[in-house]
This record gives sequence, C-alpha cells and structure tokens, in this order.
Amino acid sequence: MEKPQEPLLSVASLTKSFPGALALDGVDFTLRAGEVHALLGENGAGKSTLIKCLTGAYRRDSGDIRLSGRQVDPRDTFEAQALGIGTVYQEVNLLPNLTVAQNLYLGRQPTRFGMVGTRRMNAGAQALLSQYGLDIDVTRELSSYSVAVQQIIAIARAVDLSGKILILDEPTASLDAQEVRMVFDIVRALRERGLGIIFITHFLNQVFEISDRITVLRNGRLVGTRNAVDIERLDLVTMMLGHELSQETIAHRAAHKSEGEVAYRFRDFGRAGTIEPFNLEVRRGEVVGVAGLLGSGRTETAEAIFGVRPHASGSAEKNSRQLELSGPRKAIAAGLGFCPEDRKTDGIVGDLSVRENIVLALQARRGWARPLPRQEQIEIADRFIDALDIRTTDREKPLRLLSGGNQQKAILARWLATNPEFLILDEPTRGIDVGAHAEIIRLIERLCEDGVSLLVISSELEELVAYSHRVIVVRDREHVSELTGEEINTDNIVRAIAADSQPEQAR
Amino acid sequence: MKSRYLPLAATILIFVLAYALCYAQFPSMLSTRVIGNLLTDNAFLGIVAVGMTFVILSGGIDLSVGSVIAFTSVFIAVVLANTGLHPLAVFALALLIATAFGAAMGAVIHYLEMPPFIVTLAGMFLARGMAFVLSIDSIPVTHPFYDTLQSFYWRMPGGGRLTLIGGLLLLVFAVGILIAHRTRFGANIYALGGDATTARLMGVSVGRTTIGIYALSGLLAGLSGIVFSLYTTAGYSLSAVGVELDAIAAVVIGGTLLTGGSGFVAGTFVGILIMGLIQTYIIFDGTLSSWWTKIVVGVLLFVFIFLQKGILWLSARKAAALHHAHGS
Repeated sequence: MEKPQEPLLSVASLTKSFPGALALDGVDFTLRAGEVHALLGENGAGKSTLIKCLTGAYRRDSGDIRLSGRQVDPRDTFEAQALGIGTVYQEVNLLPNLTVAQNLYLGRQPTRFGMVGTRRMNAGAQALLSQYGLDIDVTRELSSYSVAVQQIIAIARAVDLSGKILILDEPTASLDAQEVRMVFDIVRALRERGLGIIFITHFLNQVFEISDRITVLRNGRLVGTRNAVDIERLDLVTMMLGHELSQETIAHRAAHKSEGEVAYRFRDFGRAGTIEPFNLEVRRGEVVGVAGLLGSGRTETAEAIFGVRPHASGSAEKNSRQLELSGPRKAIAAGLGFCPEDRKTDGIVGDLSVRENIVLALQARRGWARPLPRQEQIEIADRFIDALDIRTTDREKPLRLLSGGNQQKAILARWLATNPEFLILDEPTRGIDVGAHAEIIRLIERLCEDGVSLLVISSELEELVAYSHRVIVVRDREHVSELTGEEINTDNIVRAIAADSQPEQAR
Repeated sequence: MKSRYLPLAATILIFVLAYALCYAQFPSMLSTRVIGNLLTDNAFLGIVAVGMTFVILSGGIDLSVGSVIAFTSVFIAVVLANTGLHPLAVFALALLIATAFGAAMGAVIHYLEMPPFIVTLAGMFLARGMAFVLSIDSIPVTHPFYDTLQSFYWRMPGGGRLTLIGGLLLLVFAVGILIAHRTRFGANIYALGGDATTARLMGVSVGRTTIGIYALSGLLAGLSGIVFSLYTTAGYSLSAVGVELDAIAAVVIGGTLLTGGSGFVAGTFVGILIMGLIQTYIIFDGTLSSWWTKIVVGVLLFVFIFLQKGILWLSARKAAALHHAHGS
C-alpha cells in the first residue's frame, strides 16, 4: 500500500430520489480498510438506499463513489461483487434446499469435463468454513443448520466472492446473545484481515461493542460520523431521533390524568424472544404512547396484544374479566383494533375498493355467513369517507390509487367501523404529508374524548408528547420505564431510550 | 438419515413391499421376463417422466408432453409415408422440433413472466392441434429400419429381453441422474426450485436455466415420441392422451416435491416401476379391471402428499428445536 491514508471506500455527495421523495440528499461516507463502520438511522433515514447504491441494486442520481481511489458505478450486484463489495442480509439469502457446499459454490463449482467435482467442492467448502471456526458436515442441506450458522455461511460466501468490503445488513436481528457473539468474533477476525465492514443494526449495545466509527443518517441526510469511543449513547440517540435536547417547546397537552376506570389490564404478558413479559393497564379514554428505537419491541408489543404473534405467557383482562387473546379474531371480538406499521404489506388490500376496505374488519367480525347488506356497506363507507375526510373521487375506487395519508385514514375507518374499545395504532403518521398528519392527530384526540382507549406507537417524539397521557419506553425488547403527567417530555423520553442497559445482554 | 432422502427411501420401500406381495401371490412375477417387459412397456412414459422431474424440481410443470409425444409419432409416420427420408434423419428432425417447441415455451414463461401451467397448457393444445393438422387417421409405419430396430435386444439371464427402447429408458435415466447431480445446470435447477429470487441474487441465470429446462423436457418428449412410434409402429393424433398426468404422478410417487427444489431423478425411476408393477399385477390376476391401476395410483399419490407434508412438518419442528437448543 503506497497511500495508507486513502480510504477503502469514499462516497461523496451521493443523491438518489424516487418519485415524490428524496431518499438520499448529498450524503458523504468513508470506509477504511480494517474498520467496522456502523450505519444508523430510523426507518426511512436512507440506510438501505445508500447500501443499494453501493451494491448496484439502485443507480445513483448524482455523487461520487470511489473504491480505493478509483471511481466505480456498479450496475448490478454481480458487478459490485466483482469490484469487491459483498452483502449479507438479515434474511439469509441462501438456498435452504441445497447443501452447504452447493450454496458456497453455486455458479462456480469446480468442474472437469463439464462434470461438477463434488468431492473437490465439498473439500473446498470444508476448508473455507474451517477458516471461520465452523466444522460442520457441508453435504447436509443448509436448512438443517441454525440461523446463526447460515449467517456465517452467507458471510463466508460473500467474503470469498468479493473480499474487500462486507456489508452486514442487520445480520443479528434474529439471533440470540450467544449467536451474536459467534458472528461478532468472525466480524472481528475479518477486520483483522483488513476488510472494510459496514454494519447496520438497531441494537445500540451491539454498535458500541463492535464498531470503530458510527455514521448516522436521518431523512436522507448525513447527521454526522463519529468515533465510537468519543460518543455517548445519549448523543447518539439524539442524532438518530433528531431532537435537540433542552429545546422543549411543545407543551404537554394532556397534563391532566385520565380519570376513566381501567378497561384493559395485561399481566406478565409477553412472548420469549420477541417481547419480555410486561404489565400494562389502559384506561377508558386514555392514550398510551409507546416510544423506543426501531426494533426495540414496540411493534412486538402491539402484535402480542392483538395476537398477530400470540403471547406465550401472562394473562389479559377486560373490565376485570378474563380475556383470551390467542389470535386476531379473538382480539377483534374483544373490541380491539390494530392499524399495523407497514400498511402496504399488512393493512390495505390495494385492489379492493375504498368501501370494501372500510367494511373488511366489520364483516370479519360478523363472519362470512352473514354478509353486510350492500346498502349498509355504502352507508358505512360514506359516513367514514365524510367523517375522516378521505379524499377519493369514488368510494368504489381501488384503495391503492389513493395517497398514503388517505390510505391510512381508510384503515383507521376500517377499525372505527367496528366501534373498537381499544385501538392500537402503529406509526399512524409515517409516510403521510403534513396536512394529513395533523388530521390524524386530531382524530386520535377525538377518539379518546369518545372514550376509546388507544395505544399509539410512534417515532415522532413531539407527537407522542402532544397526545399521550402516559408514555411507555421500550428498549431491547423490554418495557423499561413509564412516564406520566409532567414527566412526559422529549428530554425524558430520549434519556429513557438511551439509558444503558445491563452490561451483559439479557436474554 | 438426511431428511431429503426420506421420500426416496419411502418410494423404494413401497416398491419392495409391493413386489414382495406380488411375488407371494404369483411367484413367477420375479423373473427377468417380467422386468424386461416392464421396462419396454413403460419406456416412453419413463423417458418423458425424466424431463418432467427436471421441470417439477425447478418449481414448474409441463402439461404439453403428452401432445408432443402424439405430434412426434404422427410427424414421423407422415414423413416416412410421404418422403424417402431415412428414419434416423426423421428422428433428428422430430427431436429438433420438439426441443425448439420446449425452448419456446420456456422463453415465454421467463420473458413474459407467465405461469408454466398456462403456457404449457397452451402448448398442449397447440401440439395436439398440429398433430391433427398432419393427419386425423392412424398411420402405420412400415419401414424395414423399424423391423431392424425392433429386432435388437439383449437376452438377459432367465430369458427376459431387454429391448432397444428398454435400454434407452435406462440410458436416459442414467444421463438424467448425471445432469441433476453432477452439472452446474442441475444445481441451478435445484436452486431455481428452492427460491428463484435468491437463486438470481446468487448468480444463477434464471432465463437461460428456465429455457434449458423446458427445452430438455421438450427434447425428452420428442425422444419419447420416437420410442412410442417404435413401440406402436404407428402414428395417431389421439394417442398418448393424459401421459403428462401419468408422468407427473410418477414424479410425485418418486418422492419429488411438487413445490420444487427437492427430489431425485432416481426416485422417478422407482415411481415408474411402481406404476408398471401395478399394471403387471392386474395382467397376472386376469380378473381385475385395468382401471384399478388408476385407483391404486390415486391412493399412492394421496399417501405421498401426506408423507411430504409430514416430512415438511417434521423438518420445521426440527429447525425450531435446533434454534431453541442454541438459544438456551
């Protein structure tokens, strides 16, 4: 190396836009050989867009990507691979039905006279994996090994194919503490070998454990790059959430405590591996906010309550009567409603009309044997289109043709049509414009005046402060603190999120 | 035992048990004569089932093969009757047409992103229709070369005859096994059946592989048509109706997952033997209606569907247990 100072990868003022959104806005990023560089940011910050520009999945609009000083412009993942950039994703991108060896050598098997040398391939695979401390039977199918082992095999393949830069996109999301240690040992060994490693995760503990430097993105912009040893957790969370401390301006609206009686009570409610058991009481007409970083267990809390991924421990009560919440149907019958975070995949049925989407949950509760009369459906749909101001030319228009905010309102209407007593909203204001934003917040306030209990999950701390009577803070899949009354302000929420958990990872 | 071998083991076990039952009732069924006839009588079905195995391993289906067999046999008969071409040249021409036909279907499936079911259904009507265009009558083949070919056989110990087409069946299976397990093309077929998106990300050329798979299926359907022509010494556009379904049945009974990605060409061979064995039993019995073949095949298919579900369920549970063992 003649110029040791020169970074392995340098990205300068990278810009990428999609119709209606600027995903990356002049982002700079550098990666040195032999460092682990964590890339952090909430959903929509631009992490995955940056990665996709590097791996050739997207073409950048403008900006400069240099690999060892040479300008590159990968057109697809294979070109990126040939340049030396390899990626390992959260969901293992290997084939479970092939053997480990076949997975490692697919497309580049050693051949002689056109025939694959299976024995040579297996020996090569064995030798390759032994570099990673794995001594396994490479002739077994990939699916017979745990996710951690599969992840290591994916890393081995990526490094073997590319060998300069390794991008790890949330590789530890579905691993437990011991498996994470296994993967980290390998990452450290690769760092020693001089690879540049970009590491994306939501777990702050892991960031501090393994990273040399940290870059934070927010809303497509670079917030900053810091050395891991120089930055406090609190500062890091502030960078990610974009809230300047001691700049408290928005007053807490609901300073009064909700006086309603307890409507729903959850005791030791949880599911091992997704959310630690929690206790939760929700009063009539109360808004309980849930704050935490992405992947901290916010959505998992909602999913456990609604029975999407049913709880494994604890019990639930409604008005002091035992309640069974083993699945969404039971939950709907008990008066619950749930607007999921990703409405594109979990909520809307895009090809059905606005009317059909609105009556969907109501019809589900009645059962298929008692269809809602058409006239009644029209009345309900019209009432909510009017009440929530859903902008559509026609109630029979397919829902996918509406804007994000109006889709969100249609889903809200779906649950409101069932007259829910307890409504769970997961990120109700994500990806909708400012006007619709304010309307949704007004709607939340109106609902709680009508006596509906609400559990609202949001990354927008100001928003949570504005409408919550109480705020639950979730960290590392655990409910860690609860803020009430005057305690509710963004400062306190950020502190609670950033507070260091136990040094050893609890599991 | 590795779980991927379970369906194959089950198939072999069923075959051995069935053969033992047959032997107990009719001891003469255990002879090379019976085996030789079994191979000869099922040669055309077996050859086309090899192609079907590749298609199903890739997660697809090919409904056109029965019609392609009929078309090929009519094509050969018509050309031999009306021109002076040597049968070998006609065979080559027929194989070329059948291969191109399969490749075209593969291209439509890949480039137009159409489900294989619909594309090959269209191919099925098209090939059958073309056969009718050539001739609506049954045309006998009376070429001396056919007699020569039919006179080739190897007398096995015990008096059984391994005919040319029976030998061809064994050869096709041997080559099929080599392709499946010892070539990159074979590995790509399994990869495609596992998950096409992931396979593409891992560098498999999905287009080339898909076209190759259906071209191979077309080629083997054409070869099967030639064998059928030798077997019946005639070409008739209404022949080989439903052979594609028999081939699919043989593949599934042979332990290949209909969802793709898991199975063996060798399993299909045993599947063919099981189906042939049932027919032989019915012939030996003499009183049973030939429809019993269909009934037993139907029951076997159900058994294999349950078996496959059971194995999937078991391996899912094992994976969960594995995860827990690591987690604790």
